[in-house]
Amino acid sequence: MMYGYEWDTTTWVTYTTSILPIILIGLTVTLKAAAAGFAIALVLGLVFALLRRSRVKVISWTTAVIVEFLRDTPLLVQLFFLYYVLPDFGIVLPAFLTGALALGLQYAAYTSEVYRGGIEAVHHGQWEAATALNMTRMQAYRDIILPQAVPRIVPAMGNYLVAMIKETPVLSVVTVLEMMGLANMIGERTFEYLVPLTLVGLIFLLLTLICSAGLHRLHKALPKAGIPLR
Amino acid sequence: MSWTAYLPMLWQGATVTMTITLAAIVCGAMLAFVFGILRVEGGPILSAVALCYTEVFRGTSLFVQLFWFYYALPLVGLSFDPITTGILVLAAHVGGYGAEIVRGALASVSVQQLEAARALNFNRAQTLFRISLPQAIVEMMPAFGNLAIETLKLSSLVSLISIADLTFAAQSIRNITLDSASIYSITLVCYFAMSLVLMAAVRVIEHFVRRGDVFPRSAHS
Repeated sequence: MMYGYEWDTTTWVTYTTSILPIILIGLTVTLKAAAAGFAIALVLGLVFALLRRSRVKVISWTTAVIVEFLRDTPLLVQLFFLYYVLPDFGIVLPAFLTGALALGLQYAAYTSEVYRGGIEAVHHGQWEAATALNMTRMQAYRDIILPQAVPRIVPAMGNYLVAMIKETPVLSVVTVLEMMGLANMIGERTFEYLVPLTLVGLIFLLLTLICSAGLHRLHKALPKAGIPLR
Repeated sequence: MSWTAYLPMLWQGATVTMTITLAAIVCGAMLAFVFGILRVEGGPILSAVALCYTEVFRGTSLFVQLFWFYYALPLVGLSFDPITTGILVLAAHVGGYGAEIVRGALASVSVQQLEAARALNFNRAQTLFRISLPQAIVEMMPAFGNLAIETLKLSSLVSLISIADLTFAAQSIRNITLDSASIYSITLVCYFAMSLVLMAAVRVIEHFVRRGDVFPRSAHS
């Protein structure tokens, strides 16, 4: 994707303006990877949280161990594991999907704890009421518990989204050309690393500041205790 | 070549990982306390400096910071070996998060405590070191524990600036043997084991902090 691009390294201003377009293409890849990873984390995290609360001891303990393991090992090594080991088992995914999967798995471990906290914060009487109405466990979760848990966990989830955006550069080590990968590549060709790296750093800073401000407003807009319980 | 043959090389990498992690935790904790306290007590200019520090190091990715300092420091005449660069950048990064923890904990000390200190004619330094910090440090410990684990995990990124840590060792062995499954499994288990040890260590420190041994003269409940 670098063919046909020219950059002018005479001054840092011309250099910045000439690489900005391609870095912005990288930004879209960064955002897409974070979005895909976050979607996986939201779904898988809920699955982990529900399995963790299962009444069958074997299931809840196994899930606890898996979540702890995912949480306490580095994303980079998990990514290498998926990238190099999955093909040995005949699962060949594009680098982008492998990367999104690695992000999703690691953050599913984090989000499952958030879900668990949210679910446990729902008043005990709600479970009793659901039982009194002869609901199954599944129905109670879907119609009673989760709708009350979700509003309280939104801010925490948002923080993890911001954290995940900042971790996407890791995907560049498995050939995903997001911002950081492109910046390094431009550096390799021009031997001028500082301008592209500074540019990427500034874009990340801007991105996190915007996201944090957005989250702050969202947090203010949400009712303090979520949906009223009683 | 059976998987046991990888262990010596991985062990060597693991010692580098442990060194970097511990050094970064110690330096990061110092930065965290300095900048966290400046945020609360520093006055308008110093607290703004501390705010800039935390925002920059938390807001830009560690990945970018590592490469930036790796290429930038030699340009201003500071040539460290990669390990020092790795430790400093990692420390500065987690120090940014730590400073927020310190700030939050100091802010959560109840106003009555500060009023009591003022009533007893404590000056600002006395109030900070005798009243606020001993109480705040207990509040900080769980968050610092998580941050310590985070430091260990993030230390894997230093392999990308050519430091021979555990991840780097795993990569080199894989490039020779192509035995991905066993190498990465062992590596993940090694990191997990180190996390568990680190967590246990944090528990022990937390226990001592809670007993008040670190601040024997503090008014302890």
